[in-house]
Amino acid sequence: MPDDVSALHLVLSGDAALFAIVRLSLYVSLSAVLLAAMIGIPFGAFLALTRFPGRQGVIVGLNALMGLPPVVVGLAVYLALSRSGPLGSFGLLFTPRAMIIAQTILVAPIIAALARQTIEDLWIEYRDELTAMNIGPLGRVATLVWDARFSLVTALLAGFGRAAAEVGAIIIVGGNIEGFTRTMTTAIALETSKGDLPLAVGLGMVLIAIVIAVNALAWTARRAGERWAG
Amino acid sequence: MKMLTRRLLMAVTATLVFGGSASAQEKSILVASTTSTQDSGLFGHILPMFKARTGIDVKVVAQGTGQALDTARRGDADVVFVHARAAEEKFLAGGFGVKRYPVMYNDFILVGPKGDPAGIKGSKDITAALVAIKAKGADFISRGDKSGTHQAELNLWKLAGIDIARDKGPWYKEIGQGMGAALNTASAANAYVLADRGTWLSFKNRGELMIAVEGDKRLFNQYGVMLVNPEKHPSVKKDFGQQFIDWLVSEGQRAIADYKVNGEQLFYPNAGDSGA
Amino acid sequence: MRAPFSELPVVFDGVTVAAGAVTILDNLTLEFTPGAPTLLIGPNGSGKTTLLRLAMGLLAPSRGRISWGGRENAAPLKRAIVFQRPTMLRRSAGANIRYALRAAGVPRAERARRCGELLELVGLEALADRAARKLSGGEQQRLALARALARDPAVLFLDEPTASLDPTATKAVEDVIREVGQRNIKVVMATHDLGEARRLAGDIVMLHRGRVVEAAAASAFFDAPQTAAARAFLAGELLV
Repeated sequence: MPDDVSALHLVLSGDAALFAIVRLSLYVSLSAVLLAAMIGIPFGAFLALTRFPGRQGVIVGLNALMGLPPVVVGLAVYLALSRSGPLGSFGLLFTPRAMIIAQTILVAPIIAALARQTIEDLWIEYRDELTAMNIGPLGRVATLVWDARFSLVTALLAGFGRAAAEVGAIIIVGGNIEGFTRTMTTAIALETSKGDLPLAVGLGMVLIAIVIAVNALAWTARRAGERWAG
Repeated sequence: MKMLTRRLLMAVTATLVFGGSASAQEKSILVASTTSTQDSGLFGHILPMFKARTGIDVKVVAQGTGQALDTARRGDADVVFVHARAAEEKFLAGGFGVKRYPVMYNDFILVGPKGDPAGIKGSKDITAALVAIKAKGADFISRGDKSGTHQAELNLWKLAGIDIARDKGPWYKEIGQGMGAALNTASAANAYVLADRGTWLSFKNRGELMIAVEGDKRLFNQYGVMLVNPEKHPSVKKDFGQQFIDWLVSEGQRAIADYKVNGEQLFYPNAGDSGA
Repeated sequence: MRAPFSELPVVFDGVTVAAGAVTILDNLTLEFTPGAPTLLIGPNGSGKTTLLRLAMGLLAPSRGRISWGGRENAAPLKRAIVFQRPTMLRRSAGANIRYALRAAGVPRAERARRCGELLELVGLEALADRAARKLSGGEQQRLALARALARDPAVLFLDEPTASLDPTATKAVEDVIREVGQRNIKVVMATHDLGEARRLAGDIVMLHRGRVVEAAAASAFFDAPQTAAARAFLAGELLV
């Protein structure tokens, strides 16, 4: 079928529209991971280093939040950002920023939970030395986060994987607007609904290739860093 | 350096979430519309012309008619462009829209497998065809998503004298998804499905499906456009929105008529028909 | 300016450490004063490590009191410790020392110079940029010593720093400890190696089953042990 050929051609020839979609996908997902890391890592470190009543409950809750259904998050963000919602005046609904907010909510618990585990393990190892050096609470967090940085890359990758693969939340809050909020996953959903399965599969393969490339890049960086810092 | 890092991170956060969100200055409107108009490729054809003429960027969120009207009701769209007249009039009556303009029509078709288990191929009587489908228990896919097409389908069952809510059997499957998904499902299950002609013509995964029933006057599918009421929602960009509507019912009529897929016209402009 | 706070003497007054039903240290009364190195000796499990952790302030006693220069609950500003298996931060050797210098409040401008001096003291100047965790056991012990000295301590606690080292590495570490002793830093060091104790000690504190068996000047202890347990230990018998 000629349509198959043109679909495949579109994917392989680096079409400008496809490039824009890929760029938006990366922009949204990487921004969400960055923001989620800024929230999740300090929170994970806080949980790792402090003991308070109900801490176990918070950890269990955090682990459960790793499985937050994207559609539910999408709906909640939609209702919050809608003009009729509490944050409506910002006019964020159906923009890439709305998608970043939704994905940040999805990704932050993953990064926080994995960071908590990583940092707690390192804290057990470092506790005596840091205490002997009279390091205060903030210094401890900074030291542990810095020294766990290569392990934390894995947490960031897990978050990125979730964000990049996710469609349920961003299609609700982004609206899948062509040239504006259409990402790889929402484009795949759209092409599937249009019955253009070859194009949908082609886009899917591009998405998988991108996820693999990002992971390979991070893994290489991690290995190089570990070789240097032990 | 710590300070610098912190400031940098805060700046990044602010930019990502709120920065440049002053979209009010940007010349664009948001149109809540239906999957059929988007999936058929109509917007891809006419919007560049409108943009060339006015410089206004039209962002389309394609939803079912029910959801599109709800989006507009919440004030999240400037213009709503759908095809379910009764629902549109209810929207107007609630004060959510300013005025409804008829824009164009196409028609619904009943699509079914080439094997034609209900024996209705070539019929021009949609109600008789539905009666036959129910009598034979032939598989039927319903959108089940309160979209314009779904509402049209429910209306047709009523016209056929069938209370589908009561009489539906295992042969009647509501999938709760858009037009394309319904066609994909029908294609996979060799079932009948009511579709709008535009989506059908641009649909690529037809498999064994073909048009079983078409040409019945009751399959007529009218599209209307409305500006969301700026008195309810001050954020509505009423000038740009009205410009889009004015264009659709004047110059845009030509562009709509010119849109063809495989040589076939998908939509018929009828802005002049005040009764539509 | 305030007179610099002194960590010394470190005074143990009736200190008991119990973990459940097990008593690790039993009613210990002891004092570390400025002067020549004090060596803690005794068989494994006699309580040496626990005593050092108490003296460092890493552990609170179950009963009794510990004070540093007359103050209880004093932050470990002028004391430092080298653990039997020190943990290196995941950074270069030099960065480990600079970290400790910064933690000790040494101004940024002085850190590079101090770091160079400390690395030279422990003979690691050539390895400054190597990952600390990739160094050999002996090198890590010396780096840990340098890192502890970065705190400019009045008292330095060492927990069997040569336990797992070969003779060459042991000599290197002992040389550093001797050098430290010349710098007006009180060294309190645990070892179960009697030879090492003879080589380094000014005073000896012998622990057995969580109690002080004998505390004396090194010469007196080795020449004329007063207790049966000390005599048996010196004779190389197994104390149980």
